[in-house]
Parts: sequence; structure tokens; C-alpha cells
Amino acid sequence: MSFDSFSDFIAMGGHGFYVWLSYAIALVVVVINIVNPALQKKKIVSNLVRRLRRENKSL
Amino acid sequence: MSEKKNWMPRWFYQLASPRWSYEIMGKLLPGFAIAAFLLLIAGTVWALLFAPSDYQQGNSFRIIYIHVPSALLAQSCYMMMAIAGAIGLIWKMKVADMVAKSCAPIGATMAVLALATGAIWGKPTWGSWWVWDARLTSMLILLFLYLGVIALYSAIENEAMAAKSAAVLALVGLVNIPIIKYSVDWWNTLHQPATFKLTERPAMAPEMWLPLLVMVIGFYCFFAVSLMMRTRNEILVRERRASWVKELVEKQ
Repeated sequence: MSFDSFSDFIAMGGHGFYVWLSYAIALVVVVINIVNPALQKKKIVSNLVRRLRRENKSL
Repeated sequence: MSEKKNWMPRWFYQLASPRWSYEIMGKLLPGFAIAAFLLLIAGTVWALLFAPSDYQQGNSFRIIYIHVPSALLAQSCYMMMAIAGAIGLIWKMKVADMVAKSCAPIGATMAVLALATGAIWGKPTWGSWWVWDARLTSMLILLFLYLGVIALYSAIENEAMAAKSAAVLALVGLVNIPIIKYSVDWWNTLHQPATFKLTERPAMAPEMWLPLLVMVIGFYCFFAVSLMMRTRNEILVRERRASWVKELVEKQ
């Protein structure tokens, strides 16, 4: 362990702002890249379901 | 007489089938997702808590564990996009076009992440958020190339035309990749040289580069997950009239 206390860990030797900002942006970017395609898939499938129902009705 | 030599592996031809690709990616996804999750969590804890601080840079050095993987990934993703685009151009393989299209937004966000963490790291280390240095400038050009590819896809309605133009732009922009790589050797620069080289042992202590390696592999697994999710979406949209897609939707 590189830190003696939790407040040391948060402070990062005075560089806390830079370190935590970097890791926060990284988290946001990673989450966006997973959530965005997942939501997209939901939308695509619901559109396909709707279209399929319409086609089946018109038969 | 016209016996064509079968020098391409079988999976290469199978990849040409959207259905086969959709299914194989569905099978591969959970494994990569678990690997990405575990590696990124373990790597982050290791990087933030257990890796030693740098004797010159102190704890701001920990930004390397985000910066290097995202920069590596931004470049690998670009190469993949260009190669997939070339395969689409040469063999008219639709799935390759879809992979290329799916690479662009992921690569763009990775380039943003690399540039942002670089700027944040630059402030306490060099005293400036940004310098017009060769490495930073060529990385910014990489971001613009990604944005150009995305713009082409959204501007051109015809899917085949859009894929063709984007592939040409991606291939032309490929020249930027060696420039990024060698920029730290060719020009005087503030940026430090590469951490990992294939031919030498890292100059860093293993306590520092081992967590970095974990993060790099974790980022690549994450990339695989995101890319397969996007490509599968793309396949569903473009194959929406195919009977297998209808069957798949009916099951849900």
C-alpha cells in the first residue's frame, strides 16, 4: 500500500485533482462505450418488433 | 483448371456471413466482458493503491495507467478500422464495413481520453495543459481523422458509398500512425519515450509496469466488448429484412 491514510489517498500528495479527474473521465468514457450500444440495441430490437407486428397484421 | 488456391483461413470466409458473425460475436461477448471487468477493476486498484509513486512526478504519475492504454487503443483501433475498411474495399465484405464503422466512435472517444489525460498530466508535470509538440499534435490529428470518418458515415446516405469513402479516408490517414509512434524519436519533444518496447525490457520498475500491462489488456478486452456490441447492432440494422433476423426478433 502506497498510502498511510484515506485522506492521504484522496490527496495523492497534492495531485489529487489531476489524478481523480483523469480516472473520472476514464470511467465516463468506458461507461458511455458500453451503455450507448446497449441502448441502441434495445431501440433497434423494439423497432424490429413493431415492424414485424405491422407486417403480420397486414398479411 | 481454375483451381483457386485456398490460402485464406475458413473463418475469413465465414466472417463474410453476417449471421455467422452475429452469432460468434454473441458467444465471445460474455467472456470478454468478464475479462474486461475483472482486469480493469484489478488494474485500477493496483494502479491507485499499490503501485509506487514516481520519485520525480509523485502521484500524478498514476495518470499513466489511463493515459498509455487509451493512447495505445486509439492507435490500434485506427489500424483496425483502416484494415477492415480495406477488406471491405477489396473483397466487398459487408461485415468488414460494419466493423470499420463501429471502430470509429470507440476510437474517437479513446483519442479524447488520451488527449484529456495527457493534458491533465501535463499541467503538474510540464506546467502547461497543452504544447504544440509533435506527439500531441499527431495525436490531435488522429482524433480529427476519426471525426472525419464519423462525419462521412453520417453525411452519405448510401451505405456502400459511405463505407467506401470512409475506408479511403482511413487508409490515407494511416500514414499518421507511424508519425505518432516515432514522433518522440524524430523531433525534440517534452513527451517521454515509449514505456513498452517489443525489443527491450521496460526501463520502469516491474511494480510500475505490471499494473500498466493489466490495464492495457483490460482496455483491449473492453474494446472488444464495445466493438462487438456495435457491430452486432449494425448487422441487425442492415440485415433487418433477412429471415434469420425476423426469427431472432420473434423469439424475444
